[in-house]
Amino acid sequence: MAQSQPAYYVPPQSHWPIIAAAGLFFTLGGTAVLLHALQQESGGLFGQIMLLSGLLILAGMMIGWFASVIAETRQGLYSPKLDKSFRYGMSWFIFSEVMFFFAFFGTLFYIRVFAVPWLGGEGDKGLASMLWPQFNAAWPLLQAPNPEQFPPIREVINPWHVPLINTILLVTSSFTLWLAHKALKRSDRDRLKLWLGITIILGLGFLALQIMEYFEAYNELDLTLASGIYGATFFMLTGFHGAHVTIGSIILIVLMLRVMRGHFTPDKHFAFEAGAWYWHFVDVVWIFLFTTVYLI
Amino acid sequence: MCRLLHLFSLALVLTPAPLLALEFNMPSGVTDTSQSVFNLHMTIFYICLAIAVVVFGVMFWSIFHHRRSRGAKAAQFHGSVVVEIIWTIIPFLILVAIAIPATTTLSDMYDASESDVDIQVTGHQWKWHYKYIGEDVDFFSILNTSREEIENRKKKNPNYLLEVDNALVVPTNKKIRFLFTSNDVIHAWWVPDLAIKKDAIPGFINESWTRIKEPGLYRGQCAELCGKHHAFMPIEVKAVPEASYLAWLEDQKAAKLAEAASAEQDWSMDQLMTAGATVYEKNCAVCHQADGSGVAGAFPALNGSAIVQGDKAGHLDIVVNGKLAKGMPAFGEQLSAVDIAAVITYERNSWDNQTGDHVSPAEVQTLMDKQ
Amino acid sequence: MSAHAETAHHGPASGISRWILTTNHKDIGTMYLVFSLLMLFVGGSMAFVIRAELFQPGLQMVMPEFFNQMTTMHGLIMVFGAVMPAFVGLANWQIPLMIGAPDMALPRLNNLSFWILPFAFAMLLSTLLMPGGAPDFGWTFYAPLSTTYAPPSVTFFIFAIHMMGISSILGAINVVVTIFNMRAPGMKLMDMPLFVWTWLITAFLLIAVMPVLAAVVTMMLMDVHFGTSFFNAAGGGDPVLFQHVFWFFAHPEVYIMVLPAFGVISQIVPTFARKPLFGYHSMVYATAAIAVMSFIVWAHHMFTVGMPLAGELFFMYTTMLIAVPTGVKVFNWISTMFRGSMTFETPMLFAIAFIVLFTIGGLSGLMLAIAPADFQYHDTYFVVAHFHYVLVPGSVFGIIAGVYYWLPKWCGKMYDEKLGQWHFWLSFIGVNLTFFPMHFVGLAGMPRRIPDYALQFADFNMITSIGAFLFGTTQLLFVYILIKTVRSGKPAEQLPWDGAQGLEWSVPTPAPYHTFSTPPVVGDK
Ligand code: HEA
Ligand code: HEA
Ligand code: HEC
Ligand code: CUA
Ligand SMILES: [Cu+2]
Repeated sequence: MAQSQPAYYVPPQSHWPIIAAAGLFFTLGGTAVLLHALQQESGGLFGQIMLLSGLLILAGMMIGWFASVIAETRQGLYSPKLDKSFRYGMSWFIFSEVMFFFAFFGTLFYIRVFAVPWLGGEGDKGLASMLWPQFNAAWPLLQAPNPEQFPPIREVINPWHVPLINTILLVTSSFTLWLAHKALKRSDRDRLKLWLGITIILGLGFLALQIMEYFEAYNELDLTLASGIYGATFFMLTGFHGAHVTIGSIILIVLMLRVMRGHFTPDKHFAFEAGAWYWHFVDVVWIFLFTTVYLI
Repeated sequence: MCRLLHLFSLALVLTPAPLLALEFNMPSGVTDTSQSVFNLHMTIFYICLAIAVVVFGVMFWSIFHHRRSRGAKAAQFHGSVVVEIIWTIIPFLILVAIAIPATTTLSDMYDASESDVDIQVTGHQWKWHYKYIGEDVDFFSILNTSREEIENRKKKNPNYLLEVDNALVVPTNKKIRFLFTSNDVIHAWWVPDLAIKKDAIPGFINESWTRIKEPGLYRGQCAELCGKHHAFMPIEVKAVPEASYLAWLEDQKAAKLAEAASAEQDWSMDQLMTAGATVYEKNCAVCHQADGSGVAGAFPALNGSAIVQGDKAGHLDIVVNGKLAKGMPAFGEQLSAVDIAAVITYERNSWDNQTGDHVSPAEVQTLMDKQ
Repeated sequence: MSAHAETAHHGPASGISRWILTTNHKDIGTMYLVFSLLMLFVGGSMAFVIRAELFQPGLQMVMPEFFNQMTTMHGLIMVFGAVMPAFVGLANWQIPLMIGAPDMALPRLNNLSFWILPFAFAMLLSTLLMPGGAPDFGWTFYAPLSTTYAPPSVTFFIFAIHMMGISSILGAINVVVTIFNMRAPGMKLMDMPLFVWTWLITAFLLIAVMPVLAAVVTMMLMDVHFGTSFFNAAGGGDPVLFQHVFWFFAHPEVYIMVLPAFGVISQIVPTFARKPLFGYHSMVYATAAIAVMSFIVWAHHMFTVGMPLAGELFFMYTTMLIAVPTGVKVFNWISTMFRGSMTFETPMLFAIAFIVLFTIGGLSGLMLAIAPADFQYHDTYFVVAHFHYVLVPGSVFGIIAGVYYWLPKWCGKMYDEKLGQWHFWLSFIGVNLTFFPMHFVGLAGMPRRIPDYALQFADFNMITSIGAFLFGTTQLLFVYILIKTVRSGKPAEQLPWDGAQGLEWSVPTPAPYHTFSTPPVVGDK
């Protein structure tokens, strides 16, 4: 269907959106019911069922929705203009993710520059230390103002062990993914598979190490979510980052499956690029995280 | 119809002026600070009024003259860099003119140094605690309006909802520094006549100061949503000459000693029940309700409660130590041994709870000393 | 979906599935608008409860805890359920029509954005039935009242907010992409109608700040359920941190609720003045300036939390500066009217009322910006007066004006002008009767969020309540007008307003189900 200016493809009615909305409702609602039940110390079966069905709906929806998108692309329904819409859409989505992390980094900044010093008696509002005479402001904050409610941390994680390895893994993975992309543009499918595969392995390696690190934190260092603001910010930032690496890895695995099926051409591979952008974004977040959470 | 619009809006713009000058304006207050805040308020108000008159004036003038029903033909101009620059710069200059006095007032308000009297003010759900730093005087200040008035069963008195049992007493013409903090959620201590509104934040301390020129009783309210009785935690500040203030301080100290002594006395059941009813009404009824029925889902009923009807130790424990995570305050820090003994006795012998137990202040004192 | 020539021209499906499965921007726009109207009534009913309780001093009909739930839910529903979806509805209808696009750029995503909303509000409203009651900590949900001291339903509140956030972000992405990518050939950014411009900037704000809201409720969730201490000094956190993050979201949010209204007004005023908009370029720059500045003024909501003096001054100055670009907009509208040839149909009446009453609200906002004076205004009815002036005769009037203005194009029928005028005048009187007296009680010292008040505030509160009942019931008339128009209105002309300009008026009336399947070419004039 060669046209000089193809019409913009407006998809026909679709049941995926409503399924997605329902899936979201069940997932989040189920989580809420479950947490609520835990808080009230009553059984959480209903919540579990709701959450699980929500997740299943979401998974099915993703598969179905993306499958239909892939089918449409492969039928040639998508014009370059539509491709551009996808690109814009993905970039703005990543921008929204940037802002999500921005709020968390802002929190860390505020805590370290204002709240903790104030509680320890420094700065404009140092008067607060009247209420916490035993408290000593320091970062990493091993001992919270009220250590009975928020038990102290024995030790924090040494940035030069696992976190450094993780940094190397993730930076390398960004690089290998870039190589994969170049291979794709050259139509070099073997190299593409190779580099993509390596990227996935690096990503999974990162995740494995991070899980190990969490185990160590909880079991050996007494560094937990409940150990005051250091633990809270530490797990929030690394945790949300980890969740993003997980999602990124899943995306890469899906891309790998599609590559194996022979999808993507040197000039049309938006899905691949979107996945790559996401991965690079996650990588950049890690660099900030490594510096502000672990290093300084 | 447009004429109507014209008139209505004019009335709208003009009515506030006379009204504001009367009773429905910000009070000018009784301190230098409050007066400069008031002046600032009036200045910006008049500036805003002037802007409104000019802007709406031009607008209604064109609405009137440039309508089609009067045969107006539309011009076709659509921009002018010069006027755009003018109406960017003029507002900017107006703003600078407002910012200067505002900055001076604000820096002055922030200077709490060299105070004569320091008072720590702690917000609690839903009462204020005042502690005179350096003096051994501290007390709670609780709403004093009767339930009957609130529930429309009795005529409301003129100070309805603005009256407390123990007013904060301060000397006139002295620099008084307040240190605000909170025991639970955020409250805000606000007395309009002093132009002080400061949040009381749990775990942190905010400062503010005042120097009251005239003796008098100044009323205020909590100004930050702090839960269900946010509307019912008023403030009374009683400014008195220094001599009376010092005398009052001595009285307070004496009263405190007398109270400590009374804990060692023997209290009869009747005495405890009467005292307990008052303590309960003031401190407990906001959550557990006057009839002990509680609020479903939030505050347990005490009427028929297993803890109240069970052994004394458990009952004592929850009242003295509270259950902060669930919202039950620790009254050991707030009430005297006598009050606690009284309220526990009262609860154990009211409504359907007829345990016949008598809890003596001495028992409570022993427990509190142990902790 | 065999061949795309076919898909591009199918008409609406029949039955309920048309609405549930649709990918058509007009259907989705309609659903947003209807949903928002519904929510206006839900939130309005809660305002009725508030006003009935405040009719007289003393506790009359509801308990204080329920009153707080009403205040909270009223604020949340009006903001997230009534105003924001209404603007998204207008965007859905108008943006493709105004830029000559066949539809929104990502039609399925568009439908998803809508359908998340009913689920989110179902979750939010269900909290009213839970033990312990609905959220009762104000729409600003300050910690620790919303964490340690919250009712158990807070968990559901948090997830409902998450869903609303996702919906808004996806919707906003769609708007941005549509505007950047789908303009008719030849239409440069600086050729776009102002409604499109204001929405582009609004969408940017949405994408930037909704994630911050998501982040802050996530931290609340962790404090409530996972033992963290973000907002608890005992663990080294700070309750004020909550407010910083919240207002970093919520201040831009208030502009999100007014910029599209600015856009609507900028379309309507030139039409009925029959004169081009004055200062198009400066309008665009002013809107952008407002948006950029909205990121650095947030702590003007927190003057009393005890920020250090330098912070206090910084936020005071930046806030005051926002008056400058807003003033530029007001002056431009007035200059557009100046030497025009004006007529006063319902949309124009609402637009004029918008300009006047929004300016009043803006001026009281400027008073609030003066930190030392705000110590007296903060958390009183003066603030309530301010924000209702910018939100009700501001945002809501903007929406109503837009609906009257474009309704003939949407449904091909003309509303009843006489009833429209009645609707306007009753609303205008009602709104002022309701919210003007609030300035006085606020200055005189009445705190907000209280179910019962001291005696000296009684008279004005009674007037306010009467005004509220008048304004509220008047909106039933609005519903009647809408239904009447759709069912039995007189057919509208192709160009119902003789002064109107723009692509949206070039399509037939009513706008066909699919418009601009082949893009119009916008040439240089
Ligand atoms: C649509 C929503 C909207 C809009 C547009 C605004 C606009 C403004 N707001 Fe408002 N505001 C709210 C919604 C909005 N606000 C809400 C919901 C709250 C309360 C939240 C809560 O606590 O629940 C609030 C609260 C609020 C506060 C906090 C008060 C307090 O809690 O103590 C402050 C303080 O600075 C403020 C200031 C301003 C200013 C300076 C503007 C400016 O943008 C206004 C600019 C406009 C003008 C000034 C008028 C036109 C200009 C001219 C005619 C030019 C000439 C003018 C001069 C030179 C002065 N607002
Ligand atoms: C866009 C937002 C918006 C809108 C449109 C409104 C509209 C109204 N609001 Fe407000 N309001 C807020 C946003 C809004 N509000 C916010 C953010 C707060 C702060 C909350 C907080 O403190 O946390 C607030 C708080 C607030 C308060 C202060 C509460 C307190 O501090 O305790 C009051 C008090 O009078 C009030 C009143 C009203 C009234 C009378 C209307 C009227 O305009 C409503 C008009 C009514 C309708 C349009 C619907 C008509 C309904 C009917 C005719 C009933 C029929 C119903 C059935 C048949 C079921 N609102
Ligand atoms: C701010 C609200 C509040 C106030 C004021 C309050 N309580 Fe409580 N109270 C609670 C809550 C909440 C609980 C439930 C704690 C729990 O879940 O274990 C409770 C529990 C109790 C119990 C245990 C009841 C049971 O069956 O579990 C007793 C006894 C009690 N309070 C006595 C008092 C007394 C005596 C006072 C006043 C001196 C008082 N309370 C004031 C909130 C309050
Ligand atoms: Cu204490 Cu409101
Ligand atoms: Cu603001």
